[in-house]
Amino acid sequence: MFEGVPLTWFLITGTIMFFVGIYGFLVRKNLITILMSTELILNSVNINFVAFNKILYPDHLEGMFFSLFIIAVAAAEASVAIAIIINIYRRLVDINVEKMNEMKY
Amino acid sequence: MFAIFSAVIIIFSILTVTSRRILRAATYLLFVLVATGGLYFLLRFNYLAAIQLTLYAGGIVVMIIFSILLTSHIAEKLEKPDLKKIIPAFFAAAGGALITIATILQHQFPAEVITDSSRTDIREIARSLISTEKFGYALPFEVISILLLAAMVGAIILAKKRKD
Repeated sequence: MFEGVPLTWFLITGTIMFFVGIYGFLVRKNLITILMSTELILNSVNINFVAFNKILYPDHLEGMFFSLFIIAVAAAEASVAIAIIINIYRRLVDINVEKMNEMKY
Repeated sequence: MFAIFSAVIIIFSILTVTSRRILRAATYLLFVLVATGGLYFLLRFNYLAAIQLTLYAGGIVVMIIFSILLTSHIAEKLEKPDLKKIIPAFFAAAGGALITIATILQHQFPAEVITDSSRTDIREIARSLISTEKFGYALPFEVISILLLAAMVGAIILAKKRKD
């Protein structure tokens, strides 16, 4: 089914996704959209790990385990980030990054 | 099949970072994650694809949508980012992507050796997750469980109402 797809195409897909995530991270102002860009970045790395694992070392499972742990870390990160965002919203009623210029008041 | 998934990933990830309605951006992110799960299915990592669909597409996107609904109005549009910010960000991203793709294209990877298209055995995965031998992942498994516990406690403490 995927025979004939060289490794390069997987890597290029991952690269484009990664840098689109970087662009979103730099441009967006809303905290939740920044979090979504972070998810894009983490996900693109997973594609690279899995493709390298399957195409170069098909009899090992290292890349798969790395992706598994990255997914777990991403879930933990998203939950804590959303807790922080909701806390900020409760105090400042706005989640624009440019209005968050004080840590304590 | 690969071309379809790849095109979906690229198009919808660009839409995710450019859409000005935040709920639509979350929906596009869902499409990107589902297409990534499709790529895992193509590569015969069935277990990883199932994890991707349930945890990423099911869990994280739902959580993001909940927090969007809690913190902003649906009809509201995000303000346009100013050009002064778009141009450097665009050049940084495009430059990085060009350099990386050029490097990938120059490098000679070993010829395709995909002969084994068998699925990964779930018993093998389970055995290496608890083994302490070579290629065993018992220690990372324990560490990640402590991390998840810490994240859970931290999220509850951060998001609960203060009494003052």
